[in-house]
Formats: sequence, C-alpha cells, structure tokens
Amino acid sequence: MTTPVIRIRDLHKVYKVGAEVVRALRGVDLDIHRNEFVAIMGASGSGKSTLMNVLGCLDQPTKGVYELSGKPTHKMDSSQLAKVRNEEIGFVFQSFELLNRASALKNVTLPLVYSDKHFWGARRRAKESLTRVGLADRMDHRPNQLSGGQRQRVAIARALVNEPSILLADEPTGNLDSRTSDDIIALFKKLHAEGQTIVVVTHEEDIAGHALRIVRLRDGKVVSDHPTSQDPIHQDYLRRSLEAAKHAAAAEGAPA
Amino acid sequence: MILVRLLFQTVLLALGQIWANRFRAVLTSLGIIIAVWSVIGVVGAMQGFKGFLLDQFATFGANKVWVFPRMPPGQRDRYSWRQVRMTVDQIDSLLPNSPSLDKVSPILQLNCDVQAGDRFIRMATVQGVRPSWHDIEQRYVTVGRPLSNTDEEQRRQVCLVNDKGVRELALADDPTGSYVLVQGRRFLIVGVVETKQVSPMFGGDEAQTEIFIPFRTGESMREFPRMYAVATTKAPELFEDARAEITAQMRRVRKLGPEDPDTFGVEAIEQAIAQVKSVLGGATFMLAGLVSVALVVGGIGIMNIMLVSVSERTREIGLRKAVGARPEVILLQFLVEAITLSMVGCVIGLALGLASVAAMKAVPDSFLSKANAPTWAIMLAVLFSAGTGVVFGMFPAIKAASLNPIEALRHD
Repeated sequence: MTTPVIRIRDLHKVYKVGAEVVRALRGVDLDIHRNEFVAIMGASGSGKSTLMNVLGCLDQPTKGVYELSGKPTHKMDSSQLAKVRNEEIGFVFQSFELLNRASALKNVTLPLVYSDKHFWGARRRAKESLTRVGLADRMDHRPNQLSGGQRQRVAIARALVNEPSILLADEPTGNLDSRTSDDIIALFKKLHAEGQTIVVVTHEEDIAGHALRIVRLRDGKVVSDHPTSQDPIHQDYLRRSLEAAKHAAAAEGAPA
Repeated sequence: MILVRLLFQTVLLALGQIWANRFRAVLTSLGIIIAVWSVIGVVGAMQGFKGFLLDQFATFGANKVWVFPRMPPGQRDRYSWRQVRMTVDQIDSLLPNSPSLDKVSPILQLNCDVQAGDRFIRMATVQGVRPSWHDIEQRYVTVGRPLSNTDEEQRRQVCLVNDKGVRELALADDPTGSYVLVQGRRFLIVGVVETKQVSPMFGGDEAQTEIFIPFRTGESMREFPRMYAVATTKAPELFEDARAEITAQMRRVRKLGPEDPDTFGVEAIEQAIAQVKSVLGGATFMLAGLVSVALVVGGIGIMNIMLVSVSERTREIGLRKAVGARPEVILLQFLVEAITLSMVGCVIGLALGLASVAAMKAVPDSFLSKANAPTWAIMLAVLFSAGTGVVFGMFPAIKAASLNPIEALRHD
C-alpha cells in the first residue's frame, strides 16, 4: 500500500484546565489514505474535537507521531504549522466562518493571500473553486446575501482553493436544515468522486453513513474502525431506523 | 513577492476597516490630528515671526557694524570719560587695520537748536558725517546733492535735511539754496535725504527732524564731541572677523593691557540676526517638542481602539490563522492598521495645519504674514505619526498574533 496521507501513531494529548489534568487523547493510531472518505464519530468528551484540532494542525500533540503527507507535523513550530494548514488542509467549520464584509470571491481567495504558491492567478483559482461547488453565479454576493447552504458551499470552495491533501469538516451540517444538509453531503460525495480525501467529524449517524469508513472514539481512544458497510453500530442504526419507518407506515396504514 | 502583496493587501484591508468605521476612526485619530495640526500651525507661526523679525533687522542693513564708547561694566569709577570716548584718529585707524571692513564713517552726535524763518526746533538731532555715510546707511538724497569730500575738507557750512525736517521747518519742497540756523550758525541746505523709518520694535518711533552736516564742520562746533563709528563689512558673514579686527585695533590704539577690559563696544547686525535665529530656532523646537506630547496622547487613543478591534475580530483572526496566516503576518496586519490609522490622522492634521498657515498668511500686514510650513516640520509630523502608530500599535498587534486559533474560533 502507498504511504498514507495521515499517519498517526500513539498520539497523546494532555490539557491542564486549572488544577485538573485532562487526558483528551490516550494513544490514538490512525492511517488515512488518499481518496478515503472517513467519518470520525464520538460523543462529546470522547476526544474527537481534540483529534480534529490535531489533524488540522491547529494544536500540537503532547506525545506521539502525526505525519501529514509524510511531513512530521509533531516536530513543527507555529510558523511551519501555519504553512502546512495553508497548503495541506482545507477547513470546513460548523458555523462557516466567512468574513461578512467580503464577497464570496474574496472569502475564497483568503487562503491564497497567505500562500507563496499561486501568486499569479489567485482570482482565477478562486473562481474555479466557486464554480466547482456550484456558486458560479454568486461570486460577488456577500455572506449575508446567501443562504446557509450557499455559505457552507463558499466555505467549502475556500477549503478547496489551495488543493489540500485533506478536506477537514467539523460538523459541516450542524447549522443546516436536513434538505440543505443533503445538498452539502452530495457535494462531499461529488468531491470524493473527483479524488478528494475527506475527513468529516460528526456525531450524526445519518451523516456518517455517507462516508465509506467510520472511526469511533471513546475516552480518547479509537474503539472501532470499520468500513461503513461492516460497522456494527451503524448497521444496527440502519436496521432500527428501517423498523421505525415500518412502524410509522404501519401506524399510518392501520385504521384509527 | 508575497510580502509585497501582503503589505498591499493589508493596507487595503486596513483602509477598508477604517472606512467601514470612519466616524470611530476620526474620533480615534483626533489626538494625532490635533498634534499634527498644532505642530504645523506652531512651527508655521514661528517661521512667520522669524521672517518678520529678520525683515525688521534688514531695515538696518545686513552688514553694518557699530563701534561705540562703553564704560566697562562695573568699573565706572576706574575709567574717566576722557579715556573712554572715541577720537577721529582712533576711528580713522580702523579701515587700514581691518581688512574685512569696506567703509567707515565717524558719526558726531550733536543736539542743537535749529531755526528756519519763524520755525524753531529745540535740541534737534544734528549729526556730523563723512560722505561715505550715504553708502553705509543707504540713505541717499532725493533732492539736491549729497555731502562731498570738498564740503568735508573745507568745513563748509552746508547741510542735508530729511523730509520730516522740511515739513517741520516749513521749507519749500526743494529747499536747496535756502538756509537754516544751527546753533546760531547759518547752514546752506544742499539736499534732502529720505527719512529712514526704523521699526518701533527697536526704539524707532515717529520720524524726527534730522540734519546732517560735514563731519569736520561739526567737530569745530564742540570741544569734546560725542562720537561713534558706523562701518560696513565686505560681506555679511565677515562680521566675526571684523569684530575681532576692530577689537584688536581699538585695544592697540587705546594701549589697553592684557588684563584691561574693553572700553568700547562692537555690535554687528548680523550677530543680532544670528542670535534671533538661534533663539527662535530653539523656541520652535521646544514648542514642537511640547506638542509631541499630544502625539503620545493620540497614540494611546489608537492603542485603545486597536485593542477593541482585536477583541472584536477574534474569530476573524482565528480563521485567518486556520487558513494559514503565520503569526508574523497577523502582527503585520494589525500594525499596518494602526499605522494607517495614525497616518490618516496625520493627513487630516496636515491639511488643517497647512490651511491654518495659509490663513495666517492671508491676514494682511500681520506679523505672521511670512508664516510658512517648512518641509522639515511636515517630515517630522509624518515621521512622528508613523512612529506613534508603530509604538502604540505594537502591543495590540502582538496580542492578536499570539491568539490561539482554536480558542479564537470558539470566541463569541
């Protein structure tokens, strides 16, 4: 097998909150390869946010190895990490995090401002990226002139503009209604089909079900890591929702 | 390359920020505006005042030197007037012994009763002068002829009268050929000299009747006449040389010992001008320095608003860091914003200051009509404003740069 995009070995993260020591990650091992579509799941307090921050190079592990595209990020300083975030990682946040004063195009261009690649043609790249997420006709709109789904598309376009090794989405549909969520999921699937490596952090089984692999965390450790089709918890969830649907249909069909 | 683009973009961003909050921006930079405004205004006014003073000095002639008898201060009882008073021989020895001098004339000061027809002036100013006096004082005849060497050698009883004298003595517009009585002697009027208005600042008040007679004629009217000398140097900047030469010569002819103080004085216009320049220059810098205190106050205002801006935009900073802005870049962005803010204040202040200077100039006949804002003052204002932006923008910028992106993104 080829070298993984993400290679994590025995990753630990310890926080100090006041006098209390919080051991958020306690020895995580994880490989993610090119063009995988992975969902990371876990209840709150499971360490999934911490793992997400470390994956996104926003935080440094206390101990352990994290190599992104072969680069040992656990050895980098803040400037080098900023460069990695800029070139290797595309972030999609739950609350979009767009600049309200700037047009969609300006928002998408933002990562290129901090890049020494793509000095020329930054605008062109940003336009291409917006076209890719289906917002070719909304480039000059400001975020407050766009719907929630469109805003998240702008955020995704921004994440893609530097051609990152991984697209890292943190509860990308958390602020959206179910129909818009489906659109965003469809967009992720399309990007995946085009070869993009995607990692989604979520607590919704629904959303996770669209990924091809589910990694579950509990108490700072990976407790299950299966392809979606073989994930027992997810399969159980699917069965139960199917039954619930049958019940609902039966209740509707039966005379009152 | 990337730095140039970053700078360009941060400046644009900063200007955008300022434009979006323009009212707040103007209030914030009010301190800088007032500081720059007053620096330009004060320096402009000082320059105007200096120009005015120098103009006043110019009424004397730039390269004039006076030599006059003076009791050494505090030793009045040791010297008699006979030792101190000047003689023609002493004055005549100056020109051959002082190569910096161009012309010398002794001036005899007489106060005599003057009469013409039925008009009588008590103790009018009468001065005995050599013909070179015309050139030294730059006072020439408007009617008739100047005093000549022949008048001098033959001790002729001729005189020049000034305009004022012509009026006070009720003489004809062309009084040449008529006579005035000076101390009972008949003097033929040969010409009229223009009245020289000395600025009231230097004790000149309304012009008086003045009568000028040949020096030697005057000498014969007093036994111990009071006299001093006026001279011109060959160039204005030679005044220090001239002073040294005159002092040496006077001490020599007066046979003063090495321990003896000078029994005479030498003053040059150029020296007074240099003093005024240095005093006013010092005063200008001091005022400019005082006004710079206002810049510090303005800087604190900028620091305050930048701190507000950093906490308002914490999430934005978090996002920028998340998409790859290095801490140095965030620092630069907020520093540029602070500098831009202070430069906006500086530009507004400059505009107001230059307008004030123009207003001072526009007032006719005021002593500030020469007001102008020199380039160094403008440069100083710009430099100090930028410096204020850097110094007081640094702390908020460091604060922004050191924000943790995770916490910044969680901020609300």
